[in-house]
Amino acid sequence: MMSKNDGEIRFGNPAELHGTKVQIPYLTTEKNSFKRMDDEDKQQETQSPTMSPLASPPSSPPHYQRVPLNHGYSKLRSSAEQMHPAPYEARQPLVQPEGSSSGGPGTKPLRHQASLIRSFSVERELQDNSSYPDEPWRITEEQREYYVNQFRSLQPDPSSFISGSVAKNFFTKSKLSIPELSYIWELSDADCDGALTLPEFCAAFHLIVARKNGYPLPEGLPPTLQPEYLQAAFPKPKWDCQLFDSYSESLPANQQPRDLNRMEKTSVKDMADLPVPTQDVTSDDKQALKSTINEALPKDVSEDPATPKDSNSLKARPRSRSYSSTSIEEAMKRGEDPPTPPPRPQKTHSRASSLDLNKVFQPSVPATKSGLLPPPPALPPRPCPSQSEQVSEAELLPQLSRAPSQAAESSPAKKDVPYSQPPSKPIRRKFRPENQATENQEPSTAASGPASAATMKPHPTVQKQSSKQKKAIQTAIRKNKEANAVLARLNSELQQQLKEVHQERIALENQLEQLRPVTVL
Amino acid sequence: MAVCIAVIAKENYPLYIRSTPTENKLKFHYMVHTSLDVVDEKISAMGKALVDQRELYLGLLYPTEDYKVYLSGQGVCQGGPTVARCTLGSDNLKPLRRKKKEMFRKLHNSYTDVMCNPFYNPGDRIQSSRAFDNMVTSMMIQVC
Repeated sequence: MMSKNDGEIRFGNPAELHGTKVQIPYLTTEKNSFKRMDDEDKQQETQSPTMSPLASPPSSPPHYQRVPLNHGYSKLRSSAEQMHPAPYEARQPLVQPEGSSSGGPGTKPLRHQASLIRSFSVERELQDNSSYPDEPWRITEEQREYYVNQFRSLQPDPSSFISGSVAKNFFTKSKLSIPELSYIWELSDADCDGALTLPEFCAAFHLIVARKNGYPLPEGLPPTLQPEYLQAAFPKPKWDCQLFDSYSESLPANQQPRDLNRMEKTSVKDMADLPVPTQDVTSDDKQALKSTINEALPKDVSEDPATPKDSNSLKARPRSRSYSSTSIEEAMKRGEDPPTPPPRPQKTHSRASSLDLNKVFQPSVPATKSGLLPPPPALPPRPCPSQSEQVSEAELLPQLSRAPSQAAESSPAKKDVPYSQPPSKPIRRKFRPENQATENQEPSTAASGPASAATMKPHPTVQKQSSKQKKAIQTAIRKNKEANAVLARLNSELQQQLKEVHQERIALENQLEQLRPVTVL
Repeated sequence: MAVCIAVIAKENYPLYIRSTPTENKLKFHYMVHTSLDVVDEKISAMGKALVDQRELYLGLLYPTEDYKVYLSGQGVCQGGPTVARCTLGSDNLKPLRRKKKEMFRKLHNSYTDVMCNPFYNPGDRIQSSRAFDNMVTSMMIQVC
């Protein structure tokens, strides 16, 4: 059942207990729920979706200490399942401290619930930082990214508000009933100002998604959806200062150490995630997609410890999965290849655009240097052999003859630049003027000190050179050949991914057309 | 404290009306409606200057044999209809004036929150706002 999978997915995400495939239906469900009425979800609303979270507690991540609570929670839920209004109140006693957990649902005065929820959340934070019983109300990383994407599509400034009318139009697309949407708004707009900040928006979005997947709406805003909690759990590096300034007052000091760790370790990812939001599920941006894949690749390697790497791969997996099913393997594979890519730049389009530029440069280069040095590789080196490329290029450069070879080197150098990591970028960019000025490539060599993986280039381009530089040139040729091979392979893989993404896009567009009301001419 | 709380739109139809279930709802509806005349009377007597004020607590409209009818006529800043809120207070208690004012303030704040909700169209019945319901319940339950 879809809702069960979704519930399990939500639980399993932090612990990566579920395979990548499991997450696909969740994401597609998310997409579908906003594109059309999902009959399955409708049917599931009549089912007992509250059971689905119960299935996952045993598989909950180790850092969740939900055993004591979950017993009571499951008891309450199972007892309350029969009655439709009961699930709402089932959470009510759940929110209470354990002592009163067995209180009859609905007997608690409703007016105390909000304060109780907050006090409960504070209690929970003090007791056990990472265990919240409201698993369906916990926003996972991928969900958070998706919500942030949507927020940015509505409001480019992440620290600003979404006005009520804009949000209304957006949430109306979810095809929920107006009273439900009104109630969701009431829950999520904590400060009742008629506008949604980013955490409020995420909470509202999450509630909508939950409702679409059949979860009954809670009586009060769950603690995991409170703006303060969301601020602490999912800070974005760019927005950290702004958001924390706004919402830091109610953050407990020891809040969510697990999430904080995640924050630290995912900060690098988040840096690269920011360009990711530009890719909407419905948008087809080849360059952005390529850069996403590129992002995923070095990112996987940049995280050293196992846990961040896991969460990293988890992040890379769902993200890339939502765009291309095969990119997962690509991301994982690529993750192994690169040596130690530095953190990626935020701007992905620069890389992609420079890719095009490099391609443009490519044809001009061979014309100038038939007998010259290793012509720039067919594709700019993707993250992996960028360092090696740099080193090889750097070594070659000093020994090359002037203009043509320099042009030849500079173009691969330049191509290396966008795909190599930012530290090497400025150095790379200096290659051209340096080359043409016939300066030594010492800066580049110094920067790209740890060279590794000199790969062979399969396609020989240059045979003739000045005689004195033959040896160096031949080594350079070899290295460039290696790089070329890698790049060509990369290129083919990316092309394939691109095709797949195109196909996905076409499929989605077809779906969209089918779902649109047919207008009779 | 209150046995019936009602929110009435400018066009003299109730956006929200609730009374304790034990009583005859119709009676309350009637009282609320008739109290609107008193509202109009008072507002017209005060002149237009006072009507523009945001906080317009008219206080006790008139006491009936069983109940005291309190009213707070407050202008709605959203440019929507002027909403008058009446509360019929039982005369069991002798609530202080400031408590009444506080109650009306709460009511007004809750109403403002409802209006902030973009999914609420001014002029609709307030039937989907649980916070509003909760607030009204809290005011009504205090007696019981």
